[in-house]
Amino acid sequence: MKLPPYADLLGLIAEAGDSGAPVLMMPYGDDVMGRPGFLHGGAISGLMEMAAIAALQHALEADGGGQIKPINVTVDFMRGGREKETRSLGIVTRLGTRVANVEAQAWQDDRDRPIASARMNYLIVRP
Amino acid sequence: MTAAAPPGFDPQFFFRFGGRGHGSRLGVEYCGHGTDWVELALPYHEALIGNPATGVIASAPILTLMDQATSLSVWTRLGTFRPHATLDLRIDYLRPATPGKTVIGRGECYRVTRNISFVRGLAHDGDPADPLAHVAGTFMFTGAPV
Repeated sequence: MKLPPYADLLGLIAEAGDSGAPVLMMPYGDDVMGRPGFLHGGAISGLMEMAAIAALQHALEADGGGQIKPINVTVDFMRGGREKETRSLGIVTRLGTRVANVEAQAWQDDRDRPIASARMNYLIVRP
Repeated sequence: MTAAAPPGFDPQFFFRFGGRGHGSRLGVEYCGHGTDWVELALPYHEALIGNPATGVIASAPILTLMDQATSLSVWTRLGTFRPHATLDLRIDYLRPATPGKTVIGRGECYRVTRNISFVRGLAHDGDPADPLAHVAGTFMFTGAPV
């Protein structure tokens, strides 16, 4: 799976996930910094969005393929992101004919203590 | 005796020294502001592309732009800087951004309470009557006004 240029800007690295969809890892750096010492909420959101799209692409490949168009994203920020690696995994909660519901969480040291979560709706354009 | 300068928060100040952070990496620039709103610009750049087949930028840079514009609109409405954190942000992508065009994001703070501020905003790429994204969100104050 090839990630788009925006994922390179975030420095994302795909790691193997248990479910088949990749876990995306975002290293810490100036490029993803918000207020000093913390991650930018936009960078965390970008990471989760890329993880959601990767999970959806993975699910779509097994289901005839299709084009993905974002409809909306709702992000909850639970904890400040610190100066360390951040990971995210997308989970397709429903893959319909025209719409997919996807969730993603972002975490740092402890996967059970997410720093942010997101819910996305995507429009699917089937071939 | 000259009158003291009116208290205020200048959102432009945040861009004067530029240089670091996610916003400056994306190329976010100051556009304008009023009493309770701030307008920022996100120039088109190939590094922002989310769909290489069409050249359309990813949606997350627009989220970053709107997070920043709405965040600054809170301090602009308050007339002072006060530390806060984004609690939630919802963005509706009304249409894809046009490849090559600068995205303009206008964030507005329409309500401030003791702990929470409420914001909304629109993004467009030239014609405000044809917006490409709509946002609604909340910020939580994490400290006293500075």
